[in-house]
Amino acid sequence: MIDLEFIINTVSLGSLYALLSLGLVFVYGILKLVNFAYGEYIMVAGYAMHVIGQNRGIPWYVTMAVAVLFAAVVSYGTELVAFRPVRTKSLTAMLVTSFAVSVFLQNVVLITISPRARAVPLPAFFSQTLTLGTATIPVRNLVIIGTTIVLLIGLTFVMKRTVLGIAMRAAADKFTTTRLMGVPANLVISATFIISGLLAGVVAIFWVGRSASVDPLIGAAPLLIAFIATVMGGMHSQIGAVIGGFVYGLLFNILSIMLPATMISYRDAFMFVIVILFLLFRPEGIWRGGYTEERVG
Amino acid sequence: MLKVQDLYASYGAITALHGVSLEIAEGEIVALLGVNGAGKSTTLKSITGVLRPVKGSITFLGEEIANRSPESTVKKGISLVPEGRDIFGSLTVEENLRLGAYANYERARYKTDLEEMFQLFPILKERFHQAGGLLSGGEQQMLAIARALMSRPKLLMLDEPSLGLSPAMTDQIFDLISGLHQRGTTILLVEQNAERALEIVDRAYLLATGSLEFSGTPDELKRKVDIASVYLGGDDNDHCEVHL
Repeated sequence: MIDLEFIINTVSLGSLYALLSLGLVFVYGILKLVNFAYGEYIMVAGYAMHVIGQNRGIPWYVTMAVAVLFAAVVSYGTELVAFRPVRTKSLTAMLVTSFAVSVFLQNVVLITISPRARAVPLPAFFSQTLTLGTATIPVRNLVIIGTTIVLLIGLTFVMKRTVLGIAMRAAADKFTTTRLMGVPANLVISATFIISGLLAGVVAIFWVGRSASVDPLIGAAPLLIAFIATVMGGMHSQIGAVIGGFVYGLLFNILSIMLPATMISYRDAFMFVIVILFLLFRPEGIWRGGYTEERVG
Repeated sequence: MLKVQDLYASYGAITALHGVSLEIAEGEIVALLGVNGAGKSTTLKSITGVLRPVKGSITFLGEEIANRSPESTVKKGISLVPEGRDIFGSLTVEENLRLGAYANYERARYKTDLEEMFQLFPILKERFHQAGGLLSGGEQQMLAIARALMSRPKLLMLDEPSLGLSPAMTDQIFDLISGLHQRGTTILLVEQNAERALEIVDRAYLLATGSLEFSGTPDELKRKVDIASVYLGGDDNDHCEVHL
């Protein structure tokens, strides 16, 4: 049961969820806000691929790059227009704003494009498989693992070696003190939204890649997964988010092979039970520590 | 250099400062004394822009800075060593110092500034790659001061630098503040440890319940005010007796 195929597929699923959770935790770290509009950044990237994909002349990698950038731009835009004006208000105001942004973005595509699912053209290798010994592995899964490794190394470099990254880590710990160093609050917050959007965009490629279609509500499932994974892994650090993503992927795949066929549709219910157990017995998540709870004010 | 006039500040409905005025000339070292809750930290927060004053003016080098953001006041040359050190615990000493230099960063002089900090605080060189949170209280205080100095401030403000430190470490920190002043740094020192602070300052202001109670030289202050009541808080925490 636990063979090469299982391992690669689990690492691949875990990688995708790790990126997903990381994007959510980046914003949470600075603003202490669970951004419920995060799933919609994934959705808009999917629609960007759908729209650009209409034009057959544009190569797939250009489509994907534009979609990822588009998610980052939309994320940054929501920060400017929706979150910045309420930033110094209560956390509740921020939460409600994130719901509003989510509903707004869903309705924009509902009205301007269609309530129904739309096809997203993908390169051929997304549906090809590779045979390694006895294992049959989708090429897409290997691409996810590769992409995740590159992104995690890149993000680590940015956070450890650049001044902006150091400032972002400092701001997640002590926001006001970071401003006292001369670091502009807006710069740090915008940067986190842009990184969060970029991660959502990358996730979108692979999320949409499973079904090759996109619909207005496609963001709901990944948002939930990111939220659950960060609760398990630990909301207070980026390492926690990555761990949570991998643990989620592992538990999910274990449930998939362990549960009898009649119970497989209750897989999500089992995941929720695990989350409840976490909340009861280890509410801080697997990875303790990280930054404090000082809010932006 | 810094002139605060008729400053009012409040936290919601609670007014913390009722018309405070103070002045610091270039090269001076001035203490702002008072018990807990007298409004010392509130005054510093207003000057740095962390707290928006309700009323009053704050001018620095002839420019109005009330209602400025914290990030812009540090660029102007006011640097704060916050109460309780407030170093970035998960960042290394190196990263803490790098952020300290953020406001007025110049690549060419960054290395020399670092070397200067190592001379002032040799311990920071030893601990350069360690997380700030792993340092002892006294070392953290040194890091907080060094971090503030990295922005090459024209005015250095220290909020309770001796808080929670051993007597020996307190001596060391006060010697250091004194040394910084002798090198020409203008300093505003906020202290509860009035006795100790008065040994090193040119002038002092005494705050009580959000208003100025007294201002003058340390000698004048010692003559007119019962220092023990300022230092220990006395029976009633808000007022210290002034014998005029």
